[in-house]
Amino acid sequence: MAALLEIKNLLIDFGSDQQAVRAVDGVSLSIGAGETVCLVGESGSGKTVTALSIARLLPSPPAHYPAGEILLEGRNVLRASQDELRRLRGGVVSYIFQEPGASLNPVLRVGRQIKESLRLHRPQAATDAEVVRLLKLVGIPAAESRSRSYAHEMSGGMQQRVMIALALASEPKLLVADEPTTALDVTIQAQILDLLRELKQRLGMSMLLITHNLGIVGQMADRVAVMYAGQIVELAPAAELLPRPLHPYTQALIDSVPKLGGGAERLTAIPGTVPSPGAMPPGCRFEPRCTRARPDCAQHVPQLVEVEPSRWVRCPYWNAGN
Amino acid sequence: MLEVKNLKVHYPVRHGLLRGIRQHVKAVDDVSFSIGPGETLGLVGESGCGKTTLGRAIVKLVEPTAGSVWLDGEDIARLSGAELRARRRKFQMIFQDPYNSLDPRMTAGGIIGEALDIHHLAGGRTEREGKIEALLKMAGLDASHARRYPHEFSGGQRQRIGIARALTVEPKLIVCDEPVSALDVSVQAQIINLLQDVQRERGVAYLFVAHDLAVVEHISRRVMVMYLGKIVELGGAKAVVQTPKHPYTQALVSAVPQIDPAAQRTRIVLAGEMPSPIDPPPGCPFHPRCPLAETRCRSESPTLREVAPGHWASCHFAK
Repeated sequence: MAALLEIKNLLIDFGSDQQAVRAVDGVSLSIGAGETVCLVGESGSGKTVTALSIARLLPSPPAHYPAGEILLEGRNVLRASQDELRRLRGGVVSYIFQEPGASLNPVLRVGRQIKESLRLHRPQAATDAEVVRLLKLVGIPAAESRSRSYAHEMSGGMQQRVMIALALASEPKLLVADEPTTALDVTIQAQILDLLRELKQRLGMSMLLITHNLGIVGQMADRVAVMYAGQIVELAPAAELLPRPLHPYTQALIDSVPKLGGGAERLTAIPGTVPSPGAMPPGCRFEPRCTRARPDCAQHVPQLVEVEPSRWVRCPYWNAGN
Repeated sequence: MLEVKNLKVHYPVRHGLLRGIRQHVKAVDDVSFSIGPGETLGLVGESGCGKTTLGRAIVKLVEPTAGSVWLDGEDIARLSGAELRARRRKFQMIFQDPYNSLDPRMTAGGIIGEALDIHHLAGGRTEREGKIEALLKMAGLDASHARRYPHEFSGGQRQRIGIARALTVEPKLIVCDEPVSALDVSVQAQIINLLQDVQRERGVAYLFVAHDLAVVEHISRRVMVMYLGKIVELGGAKAVVQTPKHPYTQALVSAVPQIDPAAQRTRIVLAGEMPSPIDPPPGCPFHPRCPLAETRCRSESPTLREVAPGHWASCHFAK
């Protein structure tokens, strides 16, 4: 099966040549048809920048791509013309973001915004009936009257549903969801996650879900890529990674979150903070915070290696002391 | 130590030509509970349920409409002016956003020292500097950090400054309003551990307000669940999470996504959203979303009653 999306050794820099800061450093990732891949990491890990680069949504300058390929249905996005990009955006890949209120146009009725997307991508379907069908698809009650609402008249959960309807209007093959439920309450989060899972199945989409919440990974992901300081440090099927993480960072991350019903014993915190892109440690980027670091970790840059079938880890000592 | 009785915070909503008060937002509606010395009471609920307003009313950052807040045998709700200012030594607050809750033009040392000055807690300059240093160290920072400004710190470090500032006056109670939700996952654990260490050393009590049930369960001895301005459940942290009695808490617990894909509980996905607190539904405030609702729930408001030893719930059917 050919991958729908294939990112190969992607580099993303910000800024001019002398002072360029590397936000993404050698990311390789593929997503197959119908697959859900979760990109996990803390702020500054490069997960959002990676996701935005798929449809070349990063303003350039300051962003530029010194090396690497992003193949969407076999076409290299980084070489695409403006016309091709316009077809890819929406037509192949759609986005939903964390703050639905900030992504919707405040002065247009939501139905009109959906129709605008339909006119662009599926002109024959740009009808009121199709708008209402999409709003019903994402579970908005009284869809006819809601299509005449403005974004500010809706709650956060409803706004996110509208965003999803808007993203689906163009019938994309890949939905990129960047922290889609972070701004929502847990009961509403559960509704939106259920909706995404159901729609993905019904429409046969692929999904790239970006989150810092490992619980969401457990519920949604087929495969997980864990990012730290601009690099993927572990890549594996979710069902194998979550119960048995191999990279020290993934292990520390899972250990540091309190689990529901997990008892009151002291949390094992990760000391220090994420390094800033301008001041990366020379060897392994997690070395300064790693409890299992060895003397040579500070000098040698570890590679992402397939240590078990379909399990990739960026740590030469993943197997030591286990 | 802290005893909150029938606390209400109602905000007037003005409408029409004469700006007459027509309705009230019942942000906190008839809430009673107590916190013992050195205890952590968790408070969970979704946005708009009134949990932040309740926390602020207790430290008198918002004026309660009715009810009393007894701390060490004194009703804070009635105090004002100089008396209130003097009593503020006993209760402090830590805020959610470590970026906006520190004065950008003051150094970390200045922020902590200001509290010492206001309450006349340091005699001379050397004593003042010694105290600032000790507080910074207690919060896991370095003495040299005293001369730095907030923008020079990371989010986690800023929250440490917020904690040091709250500890300056040696309070008995700290209201922590979502203290870790703006922080990265790996830093959250550092701050949670720090709060627990501080409690062990100083014996300070916390009202820990958060929306993350797992964090609240971890840090609290007892947990209180709020919905639409009212407490719907109150009990031991373990009991509330493992055997929730109120249908809302049951849904809330089941909605928390679990890391282990194999360990998924049966999820109760609630329909709809929390109604507006301006015009709350009659009867039980939860009945429009409740899977168990019957005719009675639409008219008869349930009271918070003890359904198991130390475990309270306000539902007609809880047992």
